Amino acid sequence: MATAATTAHPAPRGTCPFAPPPAYQQARRDTPVTRVTLWDGTPCWLVTRHQEARALLADPRFSADAARPGFPFLSAAARHIGAGKTSFIRMDDPEHGRLRRMLTGDFTIRRTAALRPAVQQAADDLFDAMTTGRATADLVAEFALPLPSLVICLLLGVPYQDHEFFQRCSRTLLRRDSPIAEVVAAQDELTAYLDALTERKRTEPDDAILSRLAARGELPTEDIGAMGRLLLIAGHETTANMTALSVLALLRHPEQLAHLRAHPEATPAAVEELLRWLSIVQTGVTRVATEDAEIGGVLIRAGEGVICQINTANRDERRYPDGDALDLTRDTRQHLAFGFGVHQCLGQPLARLELEIALDTLLRRLPGLRLAVPFEEVRFRHEMTVYGVESLPVAW
Amino acid sequence: MNVPVPERNPVIVHVDPDRCCGAGQCVLAAPEVFDQHEEDGTVLLLDPRPPAALAREVADAATACPGGAIRLEEGTPR
Repeated sequence: MATAATTAHPAPRGTCPFAPPPAYQQARRDTPVTRVTLWDGTPCWLVTRHQEARALLADPRFSADAARPGFPFLSAAARHIGAGKTSFIRMDDPEHGRLRRMLTGDFTIRRTAALRPAVQQAADDLFDAMTTGRATADLVAEFALPLPSLVICLLLGVPYQDHEFFQRCSRTLLRRDSPIAEVVAAQDELTAYLDALTERKRTEPDDAILSRLAARGELPTEDIGAMGRLLLIAGHETTANMTALSVLALLRHPEQLAHLRAHPEATPAAVEELLRWLSIVQTGVTRVATEDAEIGGVLIRAGEGVICQINTANRDERRYPDGDALDLTRDTRQHLAFGFGVHQCLGQPLARLELEIALDTLLRRLPGLRLAVPFEEVRFRHEMTVYGVESLPVAW
Repeated sequence: MNVPVPERNPVIVHVDPDRCCGAGQCVLAAPEVFDQHEEDGTVLLLDPRPPAALAREVADAATACPGGAIRLEEGTPR
């Protein structure tokens, strides 16, 4: 690697706020695997193409264990979090599988489908509160964020009244530029909160996930707390940002919006394309090689870090012709928005259900939905692990 | 007797629940062939010899499986 200067990770986005960084788009055209430099000067491999990213994420020679030497951390905040008590997202099999299987029964296709009436009711209630007697609202604060927050609270057995607290902690933990003291505080506060809640479930059980994990008697409180933290953050941040960003993307593509309004039965397909096109896990998925392995013709040595750049892989023209175009009718199969391999998103059926209901409810009940500010004034979440918009003022 | 010719060679489906991570991709792709265990969401094979008409869906399920838990073996027409 004595040749050209490497690109920084994360690289800045270009003029289109929906598109991946131009430097990574170009890297994908040039080569399947490239070299980047992380915030602390550490070199790291970047996989930009679909086939190679998919292969790597399914390859057991690449570890998700943040405790392994060489694991790439994308910020000081991420390094602090990785050094603490993490849950199965940062473990390998068999321990990863053992913990994950304690939850997979709660996120099956059938169990998730049974939640449809409850999710629809929550969406309708939020919608009514947002729109009754009013002509404008911030879609993020009043709909996109509370909907998945309510649902994950219900599933975990976390009181929704505490949402401002856990949403604040979550934001701090997912900001790449959070001061480390704030990250430490947020991590400690959220951990203490979920540990205490888990302890309470041991004496006051209910039917929700935290309580059932406690009732199994197999896991110490801190492990259940860590799982709760993972599910709570992953369960609301991702869907909230996907919802708001999807609405904005549709408003900016009137012909696609018209198609969806004319074909509401195509909402599930539209959700898949929006997942692919937006790929909100913008900093990618990190792994470390546990042995020498070749990916895309490049030898990655044991102990070297790798980032799978999901947003460029999902626009790879080898798999998705004209991949930069938002096309709600395209073949979206095998997109990597939920990752791939054994770590693939546990909650993806729930995310799909929530996105489908959110979009359907908004479009069906607001035929005049539009941006209430010029597009140039919308603030995008460039500093966050999960991409989105800070707020989305809309009118109808 | 008029025997219908299958579109493609039917496949024999093998699943490995130990490799299954319960993501449910197979159920989305081919609900006639795959289901999930009620307790831990792992794969349940409903039909190891699915009809040729479902060949594309079954192939999609195998490709989409994030854990590589589905293996397809070329079968003979039944």
